[in-house]
Amino acid sequence: MSFALSKEQRMAQQLFRRFAEKEVKPLAQEVDENERFPSETVEKMARFGFLGIPYGKEWEGQGCDTLTYILCVEEMSRFCATTGVIVSAHTSLGCDPIAKYGTPEQKEKYLPDLLSGRKLGAFALTEPGAGTDAAGQQTKAVLDGENYILNGSKIFITNAGQADVYIIFAMTDKSLGTKGISAFIVEKEFPGFSVGKKEKKMGIRGSSTCELIFENCLVPKENMLGKEGKGFGIAMGTLDGGRIGIGAQALGVAQGALDETVAYVKERKQFGKPISAFQNTQFQLAEMQTRIEAARHLVYDAAATKDSGARFSVEAAMAKLYASQTAMEVTTKCVQLHGGYGYMRDYPVERMMRDAKITEIYEGTSEVQLMVVAGALLK
Amino acid sequence: MNKQDYKGVMIVVQQMDNRISGVSYELIGKGKELAEALRTEVTAVLLGYEVESLCAALGKYGADRVLMVDDPALETYMTEPYARAMAAIIERFKPEIVLFGATAIGRDLAPRLSARVHTGLTADCTKLEIDPETRDLMMTRPAFGGNIMATILCSNHRPQMATVRPGVMQRIAPLESVECPVERVRVDGLAEGKNVEILEIVKKENKRQDIQEAKVLVSGGRGMGGPENFSMLEKLADALGGTVSSSRASVDAGWAEKDRQVGQTGKTVRPNLYIACGISGAIQHLAGMEESDVIVAINKDPAAPIFDVADFGVVGDALKILPLLTESIKAIRAEKKGA
Amino acid sequence: MKIIVCVKQVPDTNEVRLDPVTGTLMREGVPSIVNPDDKAGLEAALRLKDQYGAHVTVLSMGPPQADLALRETLAMGADEAVLLTDKAFSGADTWATSSTLASALSDMEYDLIITGRQAIDGDTAQVGPQIAEHLGLVNISYAEDLRVEDDCVVVKRQFEDRYHIIKAKMPCLITALSEMCEPRYMTPGGIFDAYRSREIKTLVRSDLKIDDDNIGLKGSPTRVVKSFTKAVKGKGTVVALDAHDAVDWITDRLQEKFIL
Repeated sequence: MSFALSKEQRMAQQLFRRFAEKEVKPLAQEVDENERFPSETVEKMARFGFLGIPYGKEWEGQGCDTLTYILCVEEMSRFCATTGVIVSAHTSLGCDPIAKYGTPEQKEKYLPDLLSGRKLGAFALTEPGAGTDAAGQQTKAVLDGENYILNGSKIFITNAGQADVYIIFAMTDKSLGTKGISAFIVEKEFPGFSVGKKEKKMGIRGSSTCELIFENCLVPKENMLGKEGKGFGIAMGTLDGGRIGIGAQALGVAQGALDETVAYVKERKQFGKPISAFQNTQFQLAEMQTRIEAARHLVYDAAATKDSGARFSVEAAMAKLYASQTAMEVTTKCVQLHGGYGYMRDYPVERMMRDAKITEIYEGTSEVQLMVVAGALLK
Repeated sequence: MNKQDYKGVMIVVQQMDNRISGVSYELIGKGKELAEALRTEVTAVLLGYEVESLCAALGKYGADRVLMVDDPALETYMTEPYARAMAAIIERFKPEIVLFGATAIGRDLAPRLSARVHTGLTADCTKLEIDPETRDLMMTRPAFGGNIMATILCSNHRPQMATVRPGVMQRIAPLESVECPVERVRVDGLAEGKNVEILEIVKKENKRQDIQEAKVLVSGGRGMGGPENFSMLEKLADALGGTVSSSRASVDAGWAEKDRQVGQTGKTVRPNLYIACGISGAIQHLAGMEESDVIVAINKDPAAPIFDVADFGVVGDALKILPLLTESIKAIRAEKKGA
Repeated sequence: MKIIVCVKQVPDTNEVRLDPVTGTLMREGVPSIVNPDDKAGLEAALRLKDQYGAHVTVLSMGPPQADLALRETLAMGADEAVLLTDKAFSGADTWATSSTLASALSDMEYDLIITGRQAIDGDTAQVGPQIAEHLGLVNISYAEDLRVEDDCVVVKRQFEDRYHIIKAKMPCLITALSEMCEPRYMTPGGIFDAYRSREIKTLVRSDLKIDDDNIGLKGSPTRVVKSFTKAVKGKGTVVALDAHDAVDWITDRLQEKFIL
């Protein structure tokens, strides 16, 4: 098994890299500083097809594959983890459920707008009382004539407030436990739906993370996604794909931090020479790049496995687990190698370290990933 | 084609609005040198309408004679009439060398002409010499995006053509009393050559330039003392045809706008000339400008790191030096322009 | 409307570095790109395609790896791509290059030919006007802006201190400046299409009606006899003089460097 990207994938990678350097990099610091959602970047990404990469042209997608989409998330994240997660949450969490589980009518209604980037997608599973214990859903959905009525709230939802279409999970039958959870496609205009407070975060500060509030929210019954009671399976299946996206985000952050640090240690002189001349520095850089390469293999392999049609949950879990740990380790070391400058907000590495942390938490904490892998081993 | 039939060095003079462009004098100066090595003459070719009064200056700057094509069709530069006129001159007078300024005109006219008469053309030459054995013109120019130099020959075709950028060659000191005969050359069919329509001519007004586009940057740092002193930088920049940039310290202090900032957290610039005034040369600043072609640094502190990358460093007070430098440069430029 | 855009694949000379130890050029690992002026010309053509449904063909003369540059132009939206490639074309100066391209163009249909003003490796700005001469076409160089008016083009032609608005009848040739327009990005889908469902037409020497005297090294009136690296920049000279002397010293140095 060799990991050469195909010619198309390599050219796509060049495209993403150039776009990220020109459009994403210059805004990264300000987006973080002002906690500002980079709408102008999202609009440009939409224009050039970055928001529908792995889906078919019949739905206004780009007709590429998962690995190409992953390359996009990685390259954006090298300069700005916020931009990376916008693409990842929209694609893996917002579009994938509809593409995979939607009826032909639902696909026709929602996919073209989402994949062309005319509309932005999001996914809402987490609640105040249901994080890692995702099964503890409190949001309720009750059928009333032509509509479901949703009541409850979701928190920590990525892209909330900016998205137009949300994949929502709610309890349709509490007595059935996880088999009583259903999925719904909710448009922001539906009556009774509102976006609550925007969170102030440690990192990915430009990403819009908000509460969602459902107060007798009317959702047409044809907007149930998949069959009643199948919601938990849909959520878990979707998160498997989302994990690869977050793995790519973590990978990008790690590589971006290392690239900055390699440049820095060549210029920074102490004791009469650049600090890159010291073996301590050299060995640390070498360790970090090796670790990043290993993470890269796991992430790309998970993407390729998904594309092959085979089951990929374990590969995705390992990829996210390892890549996010690598990101945290690498960014922390990179700040250290920058010395005092690494702590200053003018240098990108401190932001990258703050950004890295979330990759170990959302879309399934590292502990959840360990559970998945252990579960597979001990079957 | 017999090489021996071709003799003499020709300079295609550029004039706009009946004013001779400086590069033409520089080329006549160089042409004179080449002509001496070849034991032949340097001829200035002047194309235009009602341009007779310009001929005297050409002689003052070294032309042995002037060939003038004075025709209404040549009043404003247009490719085809100019190409026709020059092609006729080349055919009639058979020069062995023809030089053009590498300007927006020269870089349009020269290639068209070289293709018309089927000869070689070398662009942007920085050095021109005669090979004493072969009498060939040795043309040296930057290649590979300016990263290396190449010497080029056009051994089997005549005339050998080359373009040279303004400011590369030097004009001679103007001669006092010279004999420079002017020959009017008639070329037919120039009016018929007007195959495009010039709808409008618009002259540009000066606007503040993007520092990444400027060829000359005069940059101010903390050593400038205060915003009121930045006007000194502007005056020097004007005299040099460049614009003002600054270090981060100046921007943070509110003395300059963020779009002027050079450095790791500002812009990276690669001008031909970077003059660093009162800038210490912190690594973060150097990262943004160390690829400039020529770096001049003025700083009171002899240990300032800027001197490690400067081509020419002066330990001194920028506030005293800058006004004097500006006056001096203005004087030198005026001297060079005036004819 | 049929537009042919001539592009060149060039090494990104802005990324080339000199080896600090040997002083020689480090050519390996320098990425190849579509020449910036050419890319702007292509964007202008693609905008005419968006606006008028023009058909855009991209033509390039180069080694087999120029295929990469042509795929990029297809991924940006060009309709067709043609690669002129043959060992016989190598070593060409601008006369031979422009003759070869003109020969291929003379077998093609066009209303407008767009070339870039200059390539960032050769920097001559000669090939465009020379192609026009070989084909007997009007050429308008240094185009900063381009629009179509019936059967004419209207071009903003740049000079150092002014511009001309020039109108010319098609067919004609213009050379584009990179300032002309910001080239669009490729799309991922465009890239996949460029590789999976598009063909690049290849033309070799025998496909052209042209004399050996006009192609390749043999057909080049100019040739390089020597190449060498410029001196590597090290630490310069630092002086401590009084203000007036310092000024004279500076102006002398600037004049030596031909900046003044």
